[in-house]
Amino acid sequence: MVTEASPIKLEIKDLAVSYGGQTAISGVNLSIREHEIFGIIGPANAGKTSFLKAINRMDMFDTNMQVEGNVLFNGQDVRKWRNVYALRSRIGVVFPLPVGLPMSVYDNVALSPQLRGIKEKAELDVIVERCLTRAALWDEVKDRLDTLGSLLSGGQQQRLTIARALSQEPELLILDEFSIAVDPVTTMRIEDVLKELKSEMTIILVTNLVQQARRLADRTAFFLDGECVEIAETEALFTRQASDSRTRDYVEGRFG
Amino acid sequence: MNNQMFAATQLNQKNQRTEKLVQLLFILMASLLILPVLVILATLVVKGGSILSIDFLFTDPTNGMTEGGIFPALLGTIWLVAVALIISVPLGIAAAIYLSEYAPDNWFTRLINLAIINLAGVPSIVHALFGLGAFVVFFGFGTSILSASLTLAIMTLPVVIVSTREALQAVPHSFREACWNMGATRWQTIRRVVLPNAVSGILTGIILEVSRTAGETAPIMFTGAVFFSPFLPQGIMDQTMAMSLHLFVVSTQVPGVPENLPYGVALVLIGMVLLMNSVSIAFRMHLRGKKKW
Repeated sequence: MVTEASPIKLEIKDLAVSYGGQTAISGVNLSIREHEIFGIIGPANAGKTSFLKAINRMDMFDTNMQVEGNVLFNGQDVRKWRNVYALRSRIGVVFPLPVGLPMSVYDNVALSPQLRGIKEKAELDVIVERCLTRAALWDEVKDRLDTLGSLLSGGQQQRLTIARALSQEPELLILDEFSIAVDPVTTMRIEDVLKELKSEMTIILVTNLVQQARRLADRTAFFLDGECVEIAETEALFTRQASDSRTRDYVEGRFG
Repeated sequence: MNNQMFAATQLNQKNQRTEKLVQLLFILMASLLILPVLVILATLVVKGGSILSIDFLFTDPTNGMTEGGIFPALLGTIWLVAVALIISVPLGIAAAIYLSEYAPDNWFTRLINLAIINLAGVPSIVHALFGLGAFVVFFGFGTSILSASLTLAIMTLPVVIVSTREALQAVPHSFREACWNMGATRWQTIRRVVLPNAVSGILTGIILEVSRTAGETAPIMFTGAVFFSPFLPQGIMDQTMAMSLHLFVVSTQVPGVPENLPYGVALVLIGMVLLMNSVSIAFRMHLRGKKKW
């Protein structure tokens, strides 16, 4: 159970992200506790994805993207990590558009363990099965693990992407609108898995489905137009009146 | 009422006529391209086919090159192409990987790109003189397969670099990001995901390079190929005969050559290039057959 006393996994201080002078998000302050599912809701263009990219230093690959402020992962500024690859390997990310890498389903999931230096076939087999099972994909692909990951259907590729993120055995799992390409039944199965995973990792859940945040998140933040409008216990945000009228309007479906 | 609604208006009819006309024009233009190829091949086969035999391929020229075969030239061209490939392929691919995967967009990168474009535009005779000055004289390699192949390699580098770079760029960016997100380094990403999916495009560049290398005459004339040599090359420091130069010699430099000899040489040269091309094309199609995304 997450309480006020739980250690802080991720702390964001005065974060601002801009692309070539155009601000995508600014003035974000929040902290995420260990073993918490932290929901982020908000309409398109609210800066949610930019926020996520700043966490695992993807700005390194985008010369146009400027990050200001601090992101502390395990209390250490992500920009001061000497080995940024080690940082990224501890953060699993699932972006909205599924990416099945053009290699076999097996290799898709075995890639990250292999990069970590695991060579034993038996050990890899175990990891692959466990991750695919957790991502609710094992039953569909167990007989054709050598199919190319990029040839699976959209929904399957999305679950493959989730399995790949899990294969990193991340401390922090970031899901950016994972359910866009997945059918409702599978979405519910994955949501159940997320509830279990909570005991092993911290999860940031960015979602367009307001009710999904309500079902899963311990606390939820509402992002709008590059600003973090409000952070509250999820139930408080949804049941009692949220303190900001814009949050109330969004949660109740009056806009967005 | 309905008939009227779906009847073609005058404007529709005019658009359709234009569409057909334009299509016809494009088909015509595309077909025109095949014509020179067919004419060249047909001429060579008709005029030179009679001289072809196993003996022609595997014996030395005799009697002041008016008789006999072309073996030293054939072997020499294989040497030249092979050594040129060994030099230019690793160099070109490495340069392309840097430009596509690592290089930031700054003045230095732009300078390199400019250099590549300019290198592609330099006439082959200028490359020949450069090769003579640099490799034969300055580095002291003498007129040798090494000097000639180095010259050929520099001349064909832009082809390899540009085609490899394009093949790498054709691999969707999202694959790279997915790997980076997992904590893969740039090199791990390139090795595991980008390169395996760019192979067929890279091969295309190499095919082009082979064709060009085998056919070039000017760059090897001053740097390593000789008019006639009684010996077969034993290593890269030897001089050698070459098909392209041999064709030039028997066509213009030696009196009393029977008419079918130069045509036969040209036929073998073109056959070599086509053979190498079709092997790589077959390989490429095999790779493409397994469609990746």
